[in-house]
Amino acid sequence: MHAVIPYLTGALLFGLGVYGVLRRRNAILVLMAVELMLNAVNVIFVTADVTVRGTGAHAGAVFALFVIVLAAAEVGVGLAIVLQYYRVRHAVAVDEVRLDDEKVPQ
Amino acid sequence: MTIANMTVADALLLALGVIAVGSGALVVTSTHLVRAGLYLVVSLGSVAGLYLVLGAELVAWVQVLVYVGAVVVLLLFAVMLTRAPIGPSGDLDRPAWAAAIIGAGVGLGLAALLVGAFHWTLYPLPVPGTAAQMGGEIFGAWVLPFEVLSILLLAALVGAIVLSRPDIGARRNAEADTH
Repeated sequence: MHAVIPYLTGALLFGLGVYGVLRRRNAILVLMAVELMLNAVNVIFVTADVTVRGTGAHAGAVFALFVIVLAAAEVGVGLAIVLQYYRVRHAVAVDEVRLDDEKVPQ
Repeated sequence: MTIANMTVADALLLALGVIAVGSGALVVTSTHLVRAGLYLVVSLGSVAGLYLVLGAELVAWVQVLVYVGAVVVLLLFAVMLTRAPIGPSGDLDRPAWAAAIIGAGVGLGLAALLVGAFHWTLYPLPVPGTAAQMGGEIFGAWVLPFEVLSILLLAALVGAIVLSRPDIGARRNAEADTH
């Protein structure tokens, strides 16, 4: 097995995720791109489990499981924020969020 | 470094990797919100296939259950709840050049780093790890992070409920208005 193939896959997926986070305006699509980045990290963790000796047995796979759990928590809270923002402003475009706006419209 | 010394595992890894990266590219470029979600399913599914080839069985099935099953369904629910249009929408993207430069820089930089580190080295195919082994690891060496993670999940649960309950936020606003 040539480990460079999954490593390359992970690297390219991470690049695509970065591109998506910077390119997309829709907050849900930004979250999808974040999922791509987390998956790239998981691919690299699991591949490192095969290629890197000296760590504990299956340490990479255990870390990948932890990252999956973190991603599930992240997407839950992230979507709650997106839906709440949509309810208040009726928009999901991230570049229209005014960070200095303290007034809460009803 | 020829194509001739590729094994079946290599061919599988290559095919799954191409599918994952290709549908990942469609996720970040598609103009249909729902289609982006469905391409995400394809991408995450082929990543699960990569895990299977790499011998991480449990991670592959957790990936299918949690990512393809739960996270994507949650994302599609959010697409529906924000009344996204079914057809293509033209206002999904910002100007591309900065994102393209940074994304390509990060992706190709990481790729160059990893190719430089691992070259075309042949590694023995791993023995498929069983769920029992992984369970022993998690509840042995990694039990403290596991418990911390359960507290984090509880915090995320409470946070999501507080965020999405309108009455909690509204009461605070009413108090602020009376002051």
